[in-house]
Amino acid sequence: MKRAVPLTITALGGFVLIVAYFIPAAQGWGEIAAIWFDILAAVAFVLGGGNLLKIHLKKVSDRKGGWGYSGITLAAFLITLVVGLAKVGVNPNPHFPEVALSGGYREIGSPFWWLYEYAFKPLTATMFAMLAFYIASAAFRAFRAKNVEAILLLGTAFIILLGRTFAGVYLTAWLPDSLSGLKIENLTIHIMSVLNTAGNRAIMIGIALGIASTSLRVLLGIDRSYLGTGKQ
Amino acid sequence: MDRRTLTWIIVGLMGGLFLVGRALLTDRGMGKVYVRAVEINSDDPDPDHRWTRHENALPRDYAAAVAANPEQTEYRFSLARTVGTWVAAFFTLFILSFLYKDNSLYKIAESVVVGVSAAYWMVVGFWTTIIPNLLGKLFPVWINSWAMPGLRADAEWVYIFPLILGVMLLMRLSPKGGWISRWPLAFIIGTTAGIRLIGYLHADFLSQIRNTIVTLWATDMAGSFQLWDSLKSLILVIGVLSALVYFFFSIEHKGIVGKTAKLGIWFLMVTFGAAFGYTVMGRIALLAIRLEFLLDDWLWLIDPALRRIGM
Repeated sequence: MKRAVPLTITALGGFVLIVAYFIPAAQGWGEIAAIWFDILAAVAFVLGGGNLLKIHLKKVSDRKGGWGYSGITLAAFLITLVVGLAKVGVNPNPHFPEVALSGGYREIGSPFWWLYEYAFKPLTATMFAMLAFYIASAAFRAFRAKNVEAILLLGTAFIILLGRTFAGVYLTAWLPDSLSGLKIENLTIHIMSVLNTAGNRAIMIGIALGIASTSLRVLLGIDRSYLGTGKQ
Repeated sequence: MDRRTLTWIIVGLMGGLFLVGRALLTDRGMGKVYVRAVEINSDDPDPDHRWTRHENALPRDYAAAVAANPEQTEYRFSLARTVGTWVAAFFTLFILSFLYKDNSLYKIAESVVVGVSAAYWMVVGFWTTIIPNLLGKLFPVWINSWAMPGLRADAEWVYIFPLILGVMLLMRLSPKGGWISRWPLAFIIGTTAGIRLIGYLHADFLSQIRNTIVTLWATDMAGSFQLWDSLKSLILVIGVLSALVYFFFSIEHKGIVGKTAKLGIWFLMVTFGAAFGYTVMGRIALLAIRLEFLLDDWLWLIDPALRRIGM
């Protein structure tokens, strides 16, 4: 019972979506299953938020090392949550001015928009931007042109990087028109459209086959690892 | 206090003095944001149904409007958005400070981003999915009255099941009720497998094969042979097949299979190199955007889009 019911739910949920794809009469079921999935995914965000609250509240109450930062996390979380859920400062939809909460939750100028625009966006963008330094430094330390494969990887990366800059275009601008295919910007295009496409296609075909087989294993109950060991 | 700390304190103080001097002691200032007031429902007779929306405006438009009519109220200075720009600038600097070493300013910014992003996605999920797709289907009249006017009025009780599954999923937070979440988890796993199985087979597997089956004898409209296009198609087909041979582990990679697999590795290495180059370029572009924000939107040291011309 402990395993039979979840296995049945897994198989039903998955096969309903597969059947809905092939049988037009069953398309409605597929749409309902997809909406249920979206709802559970949204609830999973609530679960994530609840978990964050649980962990950081415990850290603050235990006065563990760095509990002050947990306090900041909690404050940022609660403020964003309250202004977002209550649509603080949001005007109603112009078509329904009598319904106070009918406006868009991300309305320009509202506190929730402010938090997104001036906290969430710059912070996440800068974190991703910083990876430029770390990728470059890791590459510098790890990449060594010691065999054909490494030379191909390094050479391609170098051409692609150079081909997207003005310096790269300038470097090969002197080449005559008869050799324009060797200009770095054109070389980049050829690499991307032929060699890179070929490799990417093989990878995508491999991934698709892997996902299809893993999905079938899950749906048929062969792979049950997601149910855990059963000890908890 | 060691020499390094002293150096950074001096650099920080000089930066602070520069900011204060530029923001307060110069006519032009820096980091200011202006808005344009737009009346909403201005024709509605009920004054409670009319309000003003503030759209971002260019500093040059504000300057032009003030020059034309000093009493105008359409364009105005926005304190909230100006504070926002300064907060965003400091957060950007806090994150970049990690390049020097891990420090409390970075940790503060990190804590804020964790809290804000968790709540942000919760709010997005609530207003885009839970309200319209769950509560709106179960209690349409109630949701109609305060959140989504114009919603269909008849309830769809089949949505009681995702509500129950959702509550069961939240039981994972309870110390002893973790096992209850297995059913909704099973549903999530099953539907993900179903969606992915069809999606990947259709969009990746079949379409990639279809796009690889190309003519190797390319001709133009007049019917004459095109060497370069034919060569490109040939390389593409050889590349895909050889890389697939490399992924085929049921046969030992020896002899002709081994040589083909080796060629496949070369194609894959070129692909990884291109992916690496693109990733680095993407990150550098993001970094350039952040630096542009600091120098243009905040410090007003550069003006590539001519937003402050004439000020």
